[in-house]
Amino acid sequence: MTYEDLVAIAEKEKSARREIRLRCCMAAGCLSSRSAEIKTALEKAVKDNGASERIEICRVGCMGLCGRGPLVGVDPEGLLYEHVTPENASSIVTALTGGVAEAARGDPGHPFFTRQMPVVLARSGRVDPERIEHYIESGGYSALQHVLFEMQPEQIIEAIAQSGLRGRGGAGYPTGLKWATVAKSAGERKYVVCNGDEGDPGAFMDRSVLESDPQAILEGMAIAGRAVGANQGFIYVRAEYPLAISRLQVAIRQAKQYGLLGTGIFESSFNFNVDVRIGAGAFVCGEETALMASIEGKRGQPRPRPPFPAEHGLWGYPTLLNNVETFANIAPIINRGPDWYASLGTEKSKGTKVFSLTGKIRNTGLIEVEMGISIREVVEELGGGAPDGAKVKAVQTGGPSGGCIPAAYFDTPLDYESLMKLGSIMGSGGMVVMDEHTNMVELARFYMQFCMEESCGKCVPCRVGTVEMYQLLTRLAEHRATLRDLEQLEELCDLVQSTSLCGLGQTAPNPVLSTLRYFRNEYLDLLQAEGGGHDGENPLSPPAQPVGMKRNDSWL
Amino acid sequence: MKLVKPSLPSSDKRWKIVDSRMRRYNYQAHALIEVLHTVQESFGYLDKDALKFVAATLHVPLSRVYGVSTFYNFFSLKPQGKHTCIVCLGTACYVKGGDKVLAAIESFARIKRGETTSDKQLSLLTARCIGACAIAPAVVYDGIVAGSQTPSEAVERLKGILKQ
Repeated sequence: MTYEDLVAIAEKEKSARREIRLRCCMAAGCLSSRSAEIKTALEKAVKDNGASERIEICRVGCMGLCGRGPLVGVDPEGLLYEHVTPENASSIVTALTGGVAEAARGDPGHPFFTRQMPVVLARSGRVDPERIEHYIESGGYSALQHVLFEMQPEQIIEAIAQSGLRGRGGAGYPTGLKWATVAKSAGERKYVVCNGDEGDPGAFMDRSVLESDPQAILEGMAIAGRAVGANQGFIYVRAEYPLAISRLQVAIRQAKQYGLLGTGIFESSFNFNVDVRIGAGAFVCGEETALMASIEGKRGQPRPRPPFPAEHGLWGYPTLLNNVETFANIAPIINRGPDWYASLGTEKSKGTKVFSLTGKIRNTGLIEVEMGISIREVVEELGGGAPDGAKVKAVQTGGPSGGCIPAAYFDTPLDYESLMKLGSIMGSGGMVVMDEHTNMVELARFYMQFCMEESCGKCVPCRVGTVEMYQLLTRLAEHRATLRDLEQLEELCDLVQSTSLCGLGQTAPNPVLSTLRYFRNEYLDLLQAEGGGHDGENPLSPPAQPVGMKRNDSWL
Repeated sequence: MKLVKPSLPSSDKRWKIVDSRMRRYNYQAHALIEVLHTVQESFGYLDKDALKFVAATLHVPLSRVYGVSTFYNFFSLKPQGKHTCIVCLGTACYVKGGDKVLAAIESFARIKRGETTSDKQLSLLTARCIGACAIAPAVVYDGIVAGSQTPSEAVERLKGILKQ
């Protein structure tokens, strides 16, 4: 494979393209609503109408508006059909030949689409994730070619640092700095690891990216490998994402066939291989040291840091660990330049962020917006507010490690620092919207049960503390708690936060702390009357100073 | 010292699948989790013979194989029912009533989550989050994801599956 070959593949792909392309979403969400049958129906309709010369059907990944799936898009008209069924799919083809479509028309001009800024999701829903030729046609692998022949490894790292990209797994550690550390670390071999163990319930950004544009991750990892001097990469994916795993495996096989992975990439001296490692259902494996233990075939239990993986990672060798979305940002930064990327977003949070918008909201799905957009814009304009006229009460970000942001703070910009100030975190990008019917104490209990069951049991504060906190929250929920119990809960939050070994324990109290901070009344309402209810003189009001969030959540 | 490779536990062809998986990884110890996945895919669960065979072939202490098998939620040491039903209990599903769907299925099948019916027809499992949050609440019936489930819809669907 040479640069000329790459261009030739792209040209061939372009010339083979038909006048009209129907894009049929085949990511996990739409597939569960029979989109495979829809694609078959569309293909049959094209054949029956004798329109094979004009119309082609293309399998694509996630188009974003998953709540209204299955979706079918029409190019170049830019039409969108929602809630398509195998029964009415053929009418979409009929409509192109002069008939009327029975399927419901969506509105591509809705703010849900127009307010987005796709960088990571630029190809998602546009290219066939199981055809590397499609990826190449849309400019794929030109960034890898460029860094191999036009850039020194130091220049690559410099570009990434200059772009201001920060880790998209949640903690927001500067990516360029991490790469530089791994590059500097001495080791006879190094590894690049992609963390696709998207464990936060309510988050599916990584799943969608892996299902919709797997080649982008491989290209990002290969560029990282070149920059830090690694020849082997691992992608760790949750076993709960079978489609993402199979698409990755297809992508790796195709990239190898074209000589874009393996030995002598682009006929240079650079070798890079990627293997998929499948998780086995342990939330704690999202923590980087636990994840590496799991890749080594051990129980996924974290270990103290330092030493950090950048110095002492997989099998003791320097290891670069980044999130799926971080790797997906690499090729666009190389292609369009670090200055372009740095011009997006806010001063400290550059670029864009993918969020999964779920819960009590009209437009559920996957969005990518510029950093710094307000929560209100996301919830009300893109999301369309709560369904059935209910009032949005709060948004939960960061999963079991994050917190709730009440509606009163919705004008806050979405960036790492602002969310931290509110007592939540950016997290990997899960955004669960709650309306007035959601009970915040129950929600805190839900997350605590999650952390309790997922605690690996290695350190005492997390293993015992989460159980104790869960029992206290249960007592609260059952109206059996006293004021003393609430005080003990807060003490425990502080203790578990300060003394746990890894991020799971350190952040486990966060949902409790943030709901206590903003919805304290809901807790007080549940207290036993004789235990010092909240009428009259209440020793707990005004609310006690909230305990600050731990900044040390880089495990995400 | 030359390490001896143990022979397959029985003539069951599925052992060959497991063995070829281990060969692909050159019988290296770090392939343990991948191999256990293969065993579970082939046999439905991990039994004692399988754990012993994998331990001996990869030259990993049996205690570690057992430790790994019990650490991860995905592995089961008991046989599963003919059909499986996985109720997602992620945040989005929870907010949209996934717990009520689970309760309805539990009372219909008369088993709790994590259990298998006495006639070995149905195993009821729960998942942390299957990433189908946009179509919450989601339930996976025999590997097929279904979205926007209501308690009554879920029970109807299970009745249909159990008839097969």
